[in-house]
Amino acid sequence: MKRKDKIRATQLGLLVVLLTLWEGGARLGWIDPFFFPSPMSIIRRLLEWFSSAQIWYDLGVTLLETVLSFIFGISGGILLGLWLGLSPFAASVLNPFIKVFNAIPRVLLAPIYVLWFGLGLASKVALGLTLVFFVAFFNTLQGVREVNPVVLANARLLKASRMALLKHVYLPSAASWIISSLRVSVGLAVLGAVVAEYLGSSVGLGHMIAQAEGVMDATGVFAGLVLLSAFVVALDALVDRLEKRLLVWRPRENEEETALAAR
Amino acid sequence: MEMRAPPTAVELKNVAVKFGNFTAIENVNLTVEDGEFVAVVGPTGCGKSTILNLVTGLLPAAAGEVGIFGKTLSGLNSESGYMLQQEALLPWKTALDNVGLGMVFQGHSIAAARERAAPWMAKVGLKGFEHRYIHQLSGGQRKRVAMAQTLIMAPKIVLMDEPFSALDVHTRRLMHRILLKLWQEERRSLIFITHDLEEAIALADRVVVMSAGPAARIVGEVKITLPRPRDVSTLATTDEFLSLYRQLWSLLGAEVEKSYRNQDVQIEPLQEAVETVEA
Repeated sequence: MKRKDKIRATQLGLLVVLLTLWEGGARLGWIDPFFFPSPMSIIRRLLEWFSSAQIWYDLGVTLLETVLSFIFGISGGILLGLWLGLSPFAASVLNPFIKVFNAIPRVLLAPIYVLWFGLGLASKVALGLTLVFFVAFFNTLQGVREVNPVVLANARLLKASRMALLKHVYLPSAASWIISSLRVSVGLAVLGAVVAEYLGSSVGLGHMIAQAEGVMDATGVFAGLVLLSAFVVALDALVDRLEKRLLVWRPRENEEETALAAR
Repeated sequence: MEMRAPPTAVELKNVAVKFGNFTAIENVNLTVEDGEFVAVVGPTGCGKSTILNLVTGLLPAAAGEVGIFGKTLSGLNSESGYMLQQEALLPWKTALDNVGLGMVFQGHSIAAARERAAPWMAKVGLKGFEHRYIHQLSGGQRKRVAMAQTLIMAPKIVLMDEPFSALDVHTRRLMHRILLKLWQEERRSLIFITHDLEEAIALADRVVVMSAGPAARIVGEVKITLPRPRDVSTLATTDEFLSLYRQLWSLLGAEVEKSYRNQDVQIEPLQEAVETVEA
């Protein structure tokens, strides 16, 4: 417990020192606030934004795009991962195609998606979905392939059907991989939504940043970035909770670590 | 029809198993009566596990016939339960749910499986550990969960492949006590593979000795006349036990020597290495 407090205090101290240096530097003219706006001005801008209702609408739209990309990308990735994980033939056939698709720098698909789906919600979801899909797919595939063969043999000896194997053996075994992919996917879903908004849209956090950039307003860009990180951290905390609930069966490494550190 | 003597549970007639050109076992004849406890011993790599795989129906016989309760086995054996040597429990399920796993696979609800599994937890001495996950159990406790997982399905033929080989001596003895108690309560045919002669004598009605591979066969058997119920903790010091041990070793010892000789190629470089270190 004591060690934990110490870490927290040091973290807080570090943050205060950094912000003070930044703020002081900006006020004393060591840092050009045109490129590096002072922390106080960023905070003021954020407060300004939150005094109007528009910001909630922008946040809501970005959140909706994120959630939709996340859900569709994850389910698609898991389904394909399961299929290819369980069917070596399909996996061998599709392997080169997947490699090629995976090699495309996916953010650059955004212009195509705008052409195909317009400037609205659909093009944003399409980009986020594409980003999330591959991460979920590769992790599920890996998870299914890493199922312990002895466990599998035992389940077969207990006369498990194919569906039962999927439900009680493959999916739970792949769960730790899938869940670790969720954490990356949250970030990517946000990235997809915001980049697509940035490239062409009339609402959302990406749009706000693009607008600020358009008028050389570095304070606005920074405020947007701060908001965006807070947004991702909040979503990440949700995934963290989900992970703790779904993986209760795993030995907790932290317990051992803290026990060792306490010595 | 039902007045006849109980049918033979397992009958292997002149069975051979081949993997490509390699003959694992050949001319194997083995019968296990209903409710009989048979231990199979033999040198390492002699194909002891092959016999279990034959009886479950996982491996087809290249020659000969496998009879289960008087019927020729084709496909998977629905009468057998198999306890593997390695750890095979599901780490994401609790001990209780692991015990009830076979029930769930048969289509019972999880609640029904738990209800049936609860008394089994007590039978293997794990009352109070129902909601532990596998990583929270010791090696011996995991083995007991695996044992209950196999026996809860009430197989008429129980197959065990060196189930306790990874445990320390004291834990192993505890496993023997629990296994004998359960078997005594409800006698099933049991084929128990081991390389430990003491274990084989302490548990079985009959010990079958296999020759060194390849083309392993059965070289002899010894009826274990020790009275039941047996007390495994004091058994090993009795004269009768020692005489049985000598009888079995006279059969097995030569085969173990042979299996060493087959591995000569691997032993020689080792010998050289030892000599270099010493020089």
